[in-house]
Amino acid sequence: MAVSETMTAPTAPSKSRARAADFLIKRHRFRAAEALPWLIAIAAYFVFPDRMTFGSQVLVMIMFALSLDLLLGYAGIVTLGHAAFFGIGAYTVGLGAAKLGWTEPISGLFAAAIISALVGLVTGWFLLRYRGLTLLMLTLATAIMLQEAGNLRSDISGGYDGLPGLTFDPLLGKFDYDLYGHTYYLYALVVLAIVFFIVRRIVYSPFGAALTGIRENVRRMNAIGSPVHRRLVTVYTIAAGIAGIAGALFTQTNAYVTLTVFDFDNSAKVMVMLILGGTGRLYGAFLGAAVYMILEDHLSKMSPTFWQFGIGLLLVLAVLFARRGLMGLIEDAGKVFTRGRQS
Amino acid sequence: MTAALQVESLNRSFGALHVTRDVNLTLERGARRALIGPNGAGKTTLINLITGVLKPSSGRVVLNGDDITATSQAVRARRGLARTFQINQLFRGLTVLENICMAIGERDGENNNLWRPAGAKRSVIDEALDHLEALRLVDDALKLVRELPYGRQRLVEIAIALAQRPRVLLLDEPAAGVPSSESHLILDVVAGLDPDIAVLIIEHDMDVVFRFAKEITVLVQGAVFTQGTPEEIMANAEVRAVYLGEDGHTAARKAGQRGGQHG
Repeated sequence: MAVSETMTAPTAPSKSRARAADFLIKRHRFRAAEALPWLIAIAAYFVFPDRMTFGSQVLVMIMFALSLDLLLGYAGIVTLGHAAFFGIGAYTVGLGAAKLGWTEPISGLFAAAIISALVGLVTGWFLLRYRGLTLLMLTLATAIMLQEAGNLRSDISGGYDGLPGLTFDPLLGKFDYDLYGHTYYLYALVVLAIVFFIVRRIVYSPFGAALTGIRENVRRMNAIGSPVHRRLVTVYTIAAGIAGIAGALFTQTNAYVTLTVFDFDNSAKVMVMLILGGTGRLYGAFLGAAVYMILEDHLSKMSPTFWQFGIGLLLVLAVLFARRGLMGLIEDAGKVFTRGRQS
Repeated sequence: MTAALQVESLNRSFGALHVTRDVNLTLERGARRALIGPNGAGKTTLINLITGVLKPSSGRVVLNGDDITATSQAVRARRGLARTFQINQLFRGLTVLENICMAIGERDGENNNLWRPAGAKRSVIDEALDHLEALRLVDDALKLVRELPYGRQRLVEIAIALAQRPRVLLLDEPAAGVPSSESHLILDVVAGLDPDIAVLIIEHDMDVVFRFAKEITVLVQGAVFTQGTPEEIMANAEVRAVYLGEDGHTAARKAGQRGGQHG
């Protein structure tokens, strides 16, 4: 009988104890495979020197998806208005350059992060009392309201025509913008690496564990004394700040910005990327954003009108056969591989 | 000495439905009290009122001498009030070990830390493993909760509450849903709880109640019908009618009318 088995199983308690402790102690350490996406990104710089503008856009979307992963993948916050913060970041540096002459790019990123985070703090404070469908609608409404506010004052925002022809100072006073976007690709890659390091720290911290607890069971979190609302507002603020940096990079690399950054499309797209890549896995954002963007790029050249069919098909396949996203598939493959080697 | 938990004239209505009527209840330090009553007597509602899931319409809840009626559920938990749920409320997608670390982290404020790796604080992990060892769960430490059989999950439910280092522990049918062949595992844990913790247990199995409890409170239709030692309760003809009568519902209703008059 199952009971007596578990009762009498004398599998050296100290051994399983040590193994269990080991799991938590080593979990946050960097693994060799984690170097792979970065090596690919650096290789891309040398292999596709004429596609660096596109490459920068991929890096921007990876960062945007990474910020959403904190919310959706770790804390379980479902939002359809994450583009609000991307847009605020994009307009912070856009308006800064167009109206205030603030053309220094790196300080622009900081400004974008701070302003987006502040808006995240204030809206999150109100919205995160709600969950599920209510929260979905409220986040969606936030992004639409910001977009409409920009539309009402199109004298400032430039409306849907946008703020064109923005110019930014050379990076660190030395590296100027070049026609092929080489400088900005490396710039975006460095910023992404820094942001990723921070996100990774957070995810493996006790706070990150508490976020997964909220995702898994809010009632239990309340029962063990977790300040759930405060934790949610904290992660929402951080994710908003990171989305703001992504938006700011978007404006800087494109040298223009229009109100379409606030589009529902943008919020939905980043969610599709993340789900495609796999939520709650950090690298799902990398894989999902890259695959989506590359596919979109190829398909839209093949068929400018029907390219979304291909994306849709991929999503259906992912939902049917890879519920945990592409990263889930890779993890499964990895397990099969290691099992094969052991036996 | 102040009581560990004191409930004073607690009332709660949902619209016209008066589910908790003027309940008074005291748990001394180290108390072993059972809360019994027929289905729908409002036992779980009372637990929800004590823990702060629900706000009372009137009355007070006092924990270790402090009035906590106005505080949130989380604040009560951090002050030493822990509970288990009638239906498991676990972090199903996480390992058993992580489930326990979660409770320790929230208790100590560790979970406010955004930067230090969770695995870097050895004392949290060691304490979590101690809790698991005490409940013979160490071998399952790295399994996901959802992979465990239900009976083992019930043990994790208790382990989380104990990891909060509570002074008052409310157990809502700890062996519910567990096959009788396994329920002794859980009841042994309940019987072996730290004698300093004040325990209130909701339980339907009268053998368990009489074995475990030193005092019993009988709740009928939201009101305290009677309280007393197991011997007194066993000897009480009306309680026997509620529980052992052929027609439990009629007996309960009769008893409820009487209880209402008393209360």
